[in-house]
Formats: sequence, structure tokens, C-alpha cells
Amino acid sequence: MSYTKRLDGRKSFEETRPISAKAGVIPRAHGSAMFTIGKTVAYAAVYGPRELHPKFLQNPKTGILRCHYNMMPFSGSGERVRPGPSRRSREISLVTEKALAPVLDLSDYPNAVVDVFIEFPQTDAGSRCAGICAASIALADAGLPMMDLVAAVSVGRVDDKIVVDLDYNEEAYEGGPVADTPVAILPSTEEFTLLQMDGEISKEDLIKALRLGQKAVKKIIEAQRQALKEKYVGEEADDAGNGE
Amino acid sequence: MLNESLKEHLIESLKKNVRYDGRKLTEFRPVVVEYDISKSAEGSARVKIGDTEVLAGVKLSVEKPYPDTPEHGSLVVGVELLPLSSPEFEAGPPSIDAIEIARVVDRGIREAKAIDTKQLCIVIGEKIWTVCIDICTINDAGNLLDAAGLAALAALQNARFPFYDGTGIDYKTKTDKKLPLTKLPIGVTVFKIGNKHLVDPLVDEQFVYDARLTVSTTPDGKLCALQKGGDKPLSLEEIEQMIDLAIEKAHELREHLQDEDN
Repeated sequence: MSYTKRLDGRKSFEETRPISAKAGVIPRAHGSAMFTIGKTVAYAAVYGPRELHPKFLQNPKTGILRCHYNMMPFSGSGERVRPGPSRRSREISLVTEKALAPVLDLSDYPNAVVDVFIEFPQTDAGSRCAGICAASIALADAGLPMMDLVAAVSVGRVDDKIVVDLDYNEEAYEGGPVADTPVAILPSTEEFTLLQMDGEISKEDLIKALRLGQKAVKKIIEAQRQALKEKYVGEEADDAGNGE
Repeated sequence: MLNESLKEHLIESLKKNVRYDGRKLTEFRPVVVEYDISKSAEGSARVKIGDTEVLAGVKLSVEKPYPDTPEHGSLVVGVELLPLSSPEFEAGPPSIDAIEIARVVDRGIREAKAIDTKQLCIVIGEKIWTVCIDICTINDAGNLLDAAGLAALAALQNARFPFYDGTGIDYKTKTDKKLPLTKLPIGVTVFKIGNKHLVDPLVDEQFVYDARLTVSTTPDGKLCALQKGGDKPLSLEEIEQMIDLAIEKAHELREHLQDEDN
């Protein structure tokens, strides 16, 4: 037995699903974005820096980043997801924070918080990675000082193949062992800021998969940059049109 | 929150029928209804009223009926005022504002008998379909209540039953069977500020209103649900005027929904 052809018809094991990204989709937020990969759709909104409550959480040396991952009740592939935080969503919020924090410098904002809210109207695996991609665009859209963007994708193995961007059917593949490894990568240094894995994989295959991830995020970064350019280059053009 | 002088300015302007965005007091911002925005839901819709944006999704499940209605399916409406959509919304359990919107939308649909719940019965006293409508806000630029109500209806129209073999639901396989919908109730909220009535408020206008009245009406112009809000009282004459305005505006909003076959 061997996994010879991708279940959703993708041509290559190294190919992601179709990607689209847009910045500035939520006017009330300080920064916002929408990121779509296949059937997984993520919104992210950034509020802050703003005063952090309760006060005992404040850090007088620096502002802090707080991420909130949440699935809309109708966004799961099966039954309704009960609203409100779950153990799963809280853990994903935590690793999302850790994935994004290395590119941010909030030392100019002591005692403040930057809140990032990530929401999904529709999911088909890879939601934490899509959320990180959206959040990274939204943080840049909010004008916060950043060293880099962060791009994320899941890699892993389906039976005997090393693959990029597993969808739900691949995660649930029954013809052989599966490993799902969501990663977030800083494009300038190719370092990893998110690394999780569940399934079964050899060390050699894992390293191969991580290298594929480094390659795959180049396309994602391009989409993220393009989304920001479209918003801000567009705005400049409008201003010029108004004769300002 | 608004500071006092801005509040005063806003109220003085409204007295002269002037709004921030140049609209008439009784004019809605552009309304856009988009269907099938979430493949995960059995039915879904996006409603935009100006910059206000909400999503609604319907999930269907098979449950045991309530003991007092053994032959009827059930309806649940939830509203999430997501902190993503406004700096004023906080994470945590539903706020009282979210609960009120959910209850008012629920009452409109329930009391109009918009869903023929008898047709949702599978086995009397044993198995019924439960229709869960969840409304999530994406951007709050005012008038979430009317947007939520419209999105709920559009999501109901868009819903298709998943495949059910008598024991389990296969959510991956949608049938082409629609929900048994009848008369759809449109809710319109009329706001009273000073001696003026207006519809479709901006966020700032919502900070200064004296009273509001949400009126849900069916296509034949019958009232099916009301909700008064705000700190000030309403006279009978005002109530009558507000209902007339709400019925007129409901006809306009209804134009944005797909025509029902029935």
C-alpha cells in the first residue's frame, strides 16, 4: 500500500491548497486580516496596545501579546461546536501567542496588552496555521513594530509520502500511518516558532517534512506581503487621486 | 463611549435631521446579503449593513423532543458579540446585550411560526430535528440587531438537511432538502432620540438614544414580536408611528432575501 495521489486532487505532495489573503477587513479593529487556505477561513483582528486588565497581569517593562483562538459554532465539519473556550482552543491560543511573540517588540508599551482575536467561520484542518497567518498580517496592519512576518503551514506524512498542508481527509487517512506537524516559520531566518506533532514519523522523515515546510511558507509569505501591499499601496493611490 | 460635548453635538444635529454619514433619519445604509459563506454549516449567510457585518450559520442535529412538545422540532438561537468585531466587546460568557439580541431574533422566528416545526419531527416523542442558528459579529458599526435578524433568516433559507439514516447524521453529505419555512419575520428597530425617530443607527447614535422599539413583521404586515429598549418611555402615538416606520422598512429589507418558492 502506498499513498500515490492526493485525495483532493492536488498535483504534488509539496503543494498547498489555494491561498488568499486580505488586510483590513474589519474597520473597527486597529488591524485585521482574512486568510484562506483551501476550505479553512480565518479572520484576525488586533486591538491595542491598550490598558491591560486585570492589573496584576500588567508588566511594567513591556506590553504583552494575548491571542484568542475561537471556532464559530457552525465552523466544525461535524456537530455544532459549543461556544466559549475549550481546553483545545486555550492551548491553541497559547501556542499561537508563542508563534507570534518573537517578531514583536512591545517594550515601548509597558503595562499594555495587544489582543489578537482569531475566528473561523469554516474549517477543514490547518486552522491554527491559518490563524497565525491571518494574525501576522493583522499585526502588521495595526502598524506594530515587527521584525518579520510569521507564516505557518502544516506538514507531515500520509502513509509513505511526506506532504505539505494536510486537509481533513488526509489527517483522517486510514490506509497507513499519518503524522500532522503544524509549523510556524520566520521567513528571514527560517527558524521555527511553532512546532507540534501528532501521529507517527521517523526522525529522518520529520526533518525532511520540516525542510518542505521552510520551502512551502515562501508562497504563503508572498500572499501575506501582497495583502498588505494591496491595502497600503491602494490607499496611497487614493490619496494621490484626492490631490493630497 | 462618547464625551458629553460630542453627545450634545450629535443630538443637536439630529434635531436638524442631520446624520454623520449624510443619510435621512429613515434611511438604511446599503444592505448586502450573501448566501452559503460557510461550507461547514448546513446553511449560512453574511449580512452587511454599511460597515456592519455579521455571519449566521445553521447546524442541524437529531435530539429528543421536549416532553411538552413531543411532535415538534426545536429552535435555538445564539448570538456571539465577538471581541474581534468591536473594542467594546469582551471575551467571556455572553453579555446581556448578546442575550437580548438572541432572544429578540428567536422570538420573531418562533412567533411568526417561520419554521413548521411539526415537519421536523422524525419519531413522535423520540426524535426530532433541532435547528441551531448561531450569529457571530465580524464588525460592529451599529444596528447589530437588525443585521442579526436578517442573517438568521438568510441562513435558514440556505440550509439543507444532512444525510440521516435513522441512527446517525453524515454531516459530509448534504441532501437537497430544505427546511420547512413559512412566513419569514423581518425585525426592524426604530430609535427615538429627542423627538426624532430614526432607523439603522451608527454606533455613536446608539450611545445617545432615549428609547428603541424592535418590531418583527411577517410578509402580510402582521406583527409577531416586539421589544422596547432604552431608558425613556414611549407614548402611544410614538409607538404607532414607530410601528408604521418599521413595517415600511421591513418591506425594503425583505427585498434583499431570496424569494421563497412557497
